[in-house]
Amino acid sequence: MHKRSLGDLAIHSYFIILCVLFTLPIVAVVSVSLSSEADIVNWGYKLIPRTIDFSAYQYVFADPGQILNSYIVTLFTSIVGPTISVFIMLMFAYVLSRKIFKYRNAIAFIAFFTMLFNGGLIPKYILVTQYLHLGNTLGILLVNGLVTVWYMFILRTFIQQIPEEIMESAMIDGASEFRIFLSLVVPLSKPAIATIGLFILLHYWNDWMTPLIYVTDHKLYTLQYLLQRILLDLQEYTNNMNNLPSDMLDSSKIPGETIRMALAVVSAGPMLFIMPFFQKYFVRGLTVGSVKG
Amino acid sequence: MKTKVGKRSHYTARNVQLFLLASPVLIYLFIFAYLPMGGVIVAFKDYRYDKGIFGSAWAGFSNFEFFFKSRDAFMVTANTVAYNSVFIVLGTVVAIFVALLMNEVRSKLAIKVYQTTMFFPHFLSWVVVSFITYTFLSPTYGLLNQWVGKLGIEPTNWYFMPSIWPYFIVFVDLWKSMGMAVLINFAVLVGIDRAYYESASIDGASRWQLAWHISLPTLIPVTVILFILKVGHIFNADFGLFYQVTKNSPMLYDKTMVIDTYVFRALMEMNEIGMGAAVGFFQALVGFIIVIGTNAIVRKIRSDSALF
Repeated sequence: MHKRSLGDLAIHSYFIILCVLFTLPIVAVVSVSLSSEADIVNWGYKLIPRTIDFSAYQYVFADPGQILNSYIVTLFTSIVGPTISVFIMLMFAYVLSRKIFKYRNAIAFIAFFTMLFNGGLIPKYILVTQYLHLGNTLGILLVNGLVTVWYMFILRTFIQQIPEEIMESAMIDGASEFRIFLSLVVPLSKPAIATIGLFILLHYWNDWMTPLIYVTDHKLYTLQYLLQRILLDLQEYTNNMNNLPSDMLDSSKIPGETIRMALAVVSAGPMLFIMPFFQKYFVRGLTVGSVKG
Repeated sequence: MKTKVGKRSHYTARNVQLFLLASPVLIYLFIFAYLPMGGVIVAFKDYRYDKGIFGSAWAGFSNFEFFFKSRDAFMVTANTVAYNSVFIVLGTVVAIFVALLMNEVRSKLAIKVYQTTMFFPHFLSWVVVSFITYTFLSPTYGLLNQWVGKLGIEPTNWYFMPSIWPYFIVFVDLWKSMGMAVLINFAVLVGIDRAYYESASIDGASRWQLAWHISLPTLIPVTVILFILKVGHIFNADFGLFYQVTKNSPMLYDKTMVIDTYVFRALMEMNEIGMGAAVGFFQALVGFIIVIGTNAIVRKIRSDSALF
């Protein structure tokens, strides 16, 4: 008994050290955002602020123009994108699950093959910008990431768990395939929709790569892409702070170092706060996904 | 006879409906996956924006030649494969080890806390991760320079020091991906029937023996599947890790340039469209062969673990 509790103690200490290692970096970012600029300049970044100072946040919220704009763009794509995405992928997954469909294997192959081979970044870039003219549009922010083949196979596995008798009796009652899909499959797949919807939501919320490749217009910057630009060059952000109240306008006083981190907190915060609550959906999606389909 | 015809037309109608349901995704895949596949002909062209794909002159294999004769070819390929190999081996071992340890924790609350803490980096974009690494690595204010300063080491601009970056990259990748990998393994361990452990304990098995003979073997199927998936992608680097975390610092390219960032640079910075497309085609083709190959090998060894 004594030996067992000693082992437990070791295991818990191990995990506690791991957890500290995992949280420390976040603490550092938050702490810098809450420091005073003078402390940073004199002492460097600290894990614990020497004095708590909210002025970085005051600046961010006093002239939220660019970040507000990026928030709106990101919210828009994060709501509309996953909604369309889950709906059309569920439709496809339903068709994949239908044994009566003559071309089931053919369309499964068409989808699966795209997981094995792709044309690469450059042909896609030429297609999108030169032929579809989607460069610098909201459209490309929505379209990129709309379909993930792997998720469709996960959805199909979920749908296959619905007892076939339910669909058969609906067929005998004369329900069309659209009808079966809308009034049986959609309601019965709610947990799957939640799981996959979260995966996709995370993709859209965190998308910086689409604007990096396809967008140059400031108005279409997503949150994460705005952040990237800020890390490389803070001036890109502070130069656009024209609507500051007059007492904050003196550009030499803008607390650059702390504003940078405050912006990171403001952009990453919401998702970081929400996601752990949905952890069980992630686990379910992952375990189903790992089962051979 | 009549019923048979009726039934057949009934099924035809259903097939049409099903086809319509599948069509949005089919159209999407046609445009955004299959058209770009056709677009690989750019790799064989001297591509110019003003002339378009069909107007640009053919270049034969000169784009490939240009790439493979440069010193970059070996560097980016070696970097990509080496980093991915380390990620696969280290990631798999650590994930199994931590999941097995977590399986020994009895308190539900503690498990939940540990799991959530390790999982949250998964929700951060690489951009946010690059902010985090910057708080440590910033040459002027960074924590790392303060810490090594206490040991009497001069402040370093880490973004100019390629030799240390393999360690940084591996550490950051592990930090971000470990929670997810542990979660998958642990989900499998939770599914084990407790009766196995109990009967083994009654037979006098020690804690180590339980973990070694019951828990570990249970993890093999999921580990094999994840392994195939990862090996299949050994030619594909995580663009964000190598682009954002390094702040795309040119001083680090020798140690951090991978195929994906190289193609991006060919497109956006060097304006070597044809050459970039050739590299992309090379990457896709080798990736394809590796996936098919790994799957075939796994099918021979453990047919139930093969993906297709």
